[in-house]
Amino acid sequence: MRSERSRFELWFLALFALVILVILPGLNAFTSAASALHVSDFTINLYGKYLCYAVLAISVDLLWGYTGLLSLGQCLFFALGGYAFGMYLMLMIGKLGQYHSNLPDFMVFLGYPRLPAHWVPFRHFWFAALAVMWVPGLVAYIFGFLAFRSRIRGVYFSILTQALTYAACLMFFRNDFTFGGNNGLTDFKFVLGYDLRSAATQRVLYLLTGVLLFATYGFCRWLTSSKFGKVQRAIRDSENRVLFSGYSTPNFKLFVFVVCAVIAGLAGALYVPQVGIINPSEMATDKSLEVIVWVAVGGRGTLIGPIIGAIVVNAIKSWATRAFPDLWLFILGGMFILVVLFLPGGIVSLPERLGELARKFRRARAAVPEPVADSAEAKPAPEPDRT
Amino acid sequence: MIKKLPKLLGVGALALSALVGSARAEDTVKVGVLHSLSGTMAISETSLRDVLLFAFDQINAQGGVLGHKIEPVVVDGASNWPLFAEKAKELLEQDKVPVVFGCWTSVSRKSVLPVFEKDNGLLFYPVQFEGEELSKDIFYTAEAVNQQAIPAVDYLLAQGVKKFYLIGTDYVYPQTTNLILYKYLLLHGVPIQNIGGGLRKGSDGKVMSAGKYVPFGYTDFQQIVADIKQFAASGDACVINTINGDSNVPFFKQIVAAGLSPSDCPVVSFSLAEDELRSMPTRNLVGELGCWTYFQSLKTPENKAFLKSWNAWLATENYPGVVKEHRVVDSPMVLSYDGVYLWKAAVEKAGSFDVDKVRKVLESGTISFDGPGGKITVQGDHYTTKNVYIGETKADGQFRILKTFDQVAGAPFILKGLGVQLAAKGM
Repeated sequence: MRSERSRFELWFLALFALVILVILPGLNAFTSAASALHVSDFTINLYGKYLCYAVLAISVDLLWGYTGLLSLGQCLFFALGGYAFGMYLMLMIGKLGQYHSNLPDFMVFLGYPRLPAHWVPFRHFWFAALAVMWVPGLVAYIFGFLAFRSRIRGVYFSILTQALTYAACLMFFRNDFTFGGNNGLTDFKFVLGYDLRSAATQRVLYLLTGVLLFATYGFCRWLTSSKFGKVQRAIRDSENRVLFSGYSTPNFKLFVFVVCAVIAGLAGALYVPQVGIINPSEMATDKSLEVIVWVAVGGRGTLIGPIIGAIVVNAIKSWATRAFPDLWLFILGGMFILVVLFLPGGIVSLPERLGELARKFRRARAAVPEPVADSAEAKPAPEPDRT
Repeated sequence: MIKKLPKLLGVGALALSALVGSARAEDTVKVGVLHSLSGTMAISETSLRDVLLFAFDQINAQGGVLGHKIEPVVVDGASNWPLFAEKAKELLEQDKVPVVFGCWTSVSRKSVLPVFEKDNGLLFYPVQFEGEELSKDIFYTAEAVNQQAIPAVDYLLAQGVKKFYLIGTDYVYPQTTNLILYKYLLLHGVPIQNIGGGLRKGSDGKVMSAGKYVPFGYTDFQQIVADIKQFAASGDACVINTINGDSNVPFFKQIVAAGLSPSDCPVVSFSLAEDELRSMPTRNLVGELGCWTYFQSLKTPENKAFLKSWNAWLATENYPGVVKEHRVVDSPMVLSYDGVYLWKAAVEKAGSFDVDKVRKVLESGTISFDGPGGKITVQGDHYTTKNVYIGETKADGQFRILKTFDQVAGAPFILKGLGVQLAAKGM
């Protein structure tokens, strides 16, 4: 069962990678806009956004599905990565802003005499690119160190992560926190000298996001199938036993937490130049809850499920906010309820569920010609071992 | 696992086909409506969607624009700023709409601005804002600070008010408005100690922020109102309120509890119009002031005709999601409505829907419309000239008009100009 499934998964991923990394951008770049096969810049940009969400969803799955840590604040790290890269993009606008000043617009009208010291190093691309990883990582390390040391688990951990992201959100909303307050960072123009508004730059960003997605998937697949992954799942299933077997579970959890924060930060950094804005509402608690929903819809603890969940849910959202602007919340909500009721394993479990149904159906048909079966025989056959 | 693929592709294809849209019929013109119909801003923005649909129906009944019926493309920005940018892109790149009416918050406007600049679109923006922006792609029917806050302060100064307490929600509009008012008041001889709420200075000693600020959704106003009471003890003070949203309810409750009446310390609010007052306990606000470029209680023939056909439309239309009961009209709604007619006038003058041609006509400064709030004219700098009214809240949530400022021109970037004037006076 297992090998069959992973073979399917491999095929699926190969096909998916072909579509995402070759076919879509190829059709975008090399066909004319009038052609029926043409993929518009808008679609590329939209899928770039979905892929960022997919990376974020994988990071949640590694935490929740594999380690049993339900983080309700993963978007904090996503937004921190976004802000770190957004600061660089802000400084690259140069004198093209509303006030034709070297300072970002919001600093001009709030009367900043000069760039605050902590903004200065973000002029350098490499500093920003590293900050995208170490800032979320550091925040996760400090928070995780304190939380795991204090043996905070389960629902208490979830509540704390939610409180953390909410507190950060309120802080970033403040205008005197020097990150643009409610308006956030926006109106980006250049990255490394390339015009962000050109289709080619957006295509490169899209491809980078695609590469990040598959790299993240590969890394997480490798991690979870190593010995480390076994400990991870053991922690999820019975942390005390692992602890009494001599493993320092807080360190394991801390490592996973930091790794997931870095992954989320990277996703956020690629998200910001593609959507063109980062503001504190990205840290709002409902955003993190949404990610949990994507993972649950796709199928948690599978790594592939979150990718599917993030893309499917967001594609439906994009479509429904346009086709049914008044009803789309009901459509999305209804879908979540259906998944929870009928597909607890998420979309990923759909083939298995269909197979089960087909088996039941066959058994029922086979049972019909022999109505006088013994009651002992009518008992369903034991389920095949799924491990 | 393979079985999932068709499903995924199916959803993708469905989404794509919806995005690509159907072929445009020859005698219609698609226009975009970009507002939040869900999320925190929905309570305000759905009213704007409604009035836009009303304006389109009204125009279509009279034969449309250049013989084309208006076909609205309504999308939901869902109070989600990246989604606003995505939807703007969709409207401009997929639907190729020649104009979009939309946005409420400054942050939503900021998020779509780069999209409009890249795709050469046209946006009409209808809600009071800080005025620190100019874009070749945005026309601001909205009140700039000098069409709301400054006339209100002029009125209060003329009434003999000597002390001003500034309070607002901590975001760009209140911060900028209060900074402008701080400088304006200094220029008009109000001593610095008569400006309440506190000042925050930067490292170079310049004032960066004036007034008292609370976060969104703040409810605990006891201490602040105690401060105000002390500040207003001399009897010649007023409060300039730029608090947004729900926080106004506890704020006014506390004001009443502290015994501050409009006669000894009036509160003038810039974010409370008729639509907001619908859901507030207005008995706490009777006699307090508001300042907008339209009030529903205006007695002009244009306004009477507008209200009559609006109510008739409400009674008969059947668009899903339009609430029919207890509806009122307020300034953002009327400025949305005006925007549609200004665009129509410009298109007809240009003889084309082409964005560049329409923009050129709008920029000529000759396009105006006799709207429900009076004449509104588009200026060469994309701001608009219109009447400004000061009103007093009544128990039924309407305003009694106290003063009219005729045809005030909107002014962008007044913060800098005031700074220069202050520096010239050595202050």
